[in-house]
Amino acid sequence: MCAGVCFVACSLRRTSFLKYFFLNLYVILSLFADLIRQGVLRFYGVDSPQYGYAYYYTDCLLTIALFVAVISLASRVFAELQLAKYVRFVAVLLLLGTAGFSYAVVAQSTERLTTVFAVELSQNLYFVGLVLTYLLWGAVLKLQETRTRLVQMVLSLGLYFSAYAGSYALLNLAPRYEVVQYLAPILGCFLPVSWAMTIMRYSEDSRLTPARLVAVPR
Amino acid sequence: MMAAFILAFSLLTLLMFFVSYCRSLTASSLHTSITEDVRDVTGIQVRAAGRDYARVVQILQLCPDRPADRSGLQIVGAYYGFLNLLDQGFAKIFPAVRAWAEEERAGCAHFAAVALGRRIALNREMLAQQVEL
Repeated sequence: MCAGVCFVACSLRRTSFLKYFFLNLYVILSLFADLIRQGVLRFYGVDSPQYGYAYYYTDCLLTIALFVAVISLASRVFAELQLAKYVRFVAVLLLLGTAGFSYAVVAQSTERLTTVFAVELSQNLYFVGLVLTYLLWGAVLKLQETRTRLVQMVLSLGLYFSAYAGSYALLNLAPRYEVVQYLAPILGCFLPVSWAMTIMRYSEDSRLTPARLVAVPR
Repeated sequence: MMAAFILAFSLLTLLMFFVSYCRSLTASSLHTSITEDVRDVTGIQVRAAGRDYARVVQILQLCPDRPADRSGLQIVGAYYGFLNLLDQGFAKIFPAVRAWAEEERAGCAHFAAVALGRRIALNREMLAQQVEL
């Protein structure tokens, strides 16, 4: 929670709140989600189905908000090529497709548990988010994007999505290893902290060499 | 099947994003040259080498902390550890990995040396303020 407040405060201080509005919106929504989860946790307890529903459904909504944040960053990267509206269209199609696919997968199972749908949807949404971020990263390298803030924000998102998609996939494969419950608090802090660090450390004019960023140089 | 694919893809991209993120941190310090003070203290001659990192970090711990550098140094420290593991694990099978890892470790050492330069400057400022008082 402190990390989220810190990021919003840093954005306001560096007058970048509106520039990165959807990133700030996601962080503010995650603060509200934390409050709702805390309320449900105190009222019903950690093992209650109510807490399970509250956790997974707020998680799905937050992932969708983060999806919008990725789209906003993609729009900035593609702004010069005037492809922003196509990016938004493809992202909305992907989002609807993922929800439909997840529902179709779970509807075939005999239990038809709604929470199973939430876990499946979370895993798929994080994966779609990861694929989108990966494509965005490809575009950043291809278009020789040099804006340090934009580059580091995309990379933080990539780390966040990969870690979450991987841990949800592991939860689906082997439910005994609940990595998510240990990883979630760390990752929940990582994203706002790394964004705050980026906002505070670099100005909007900071530039870096894209060739230095490729994991394996060609 | 789907979950196994997602797990494998996520692990690969996690590694790729981690390396790129750390490289973006070290790249941001490349434009800044190592100050004369840091050269004197650390013994770095022209360009920082991978082996200088441990020494620079030891000296960094002796200087007053600068909160703005803390998280960056922690991430770069983790990256340095990862590079050492990579070097020990894969360098025998893929010799090119050693050269790449050494280049990256040199970047980490440069990043730490630039941070040390900032801390020394901060230290001097604090000392000057105390003298004024």
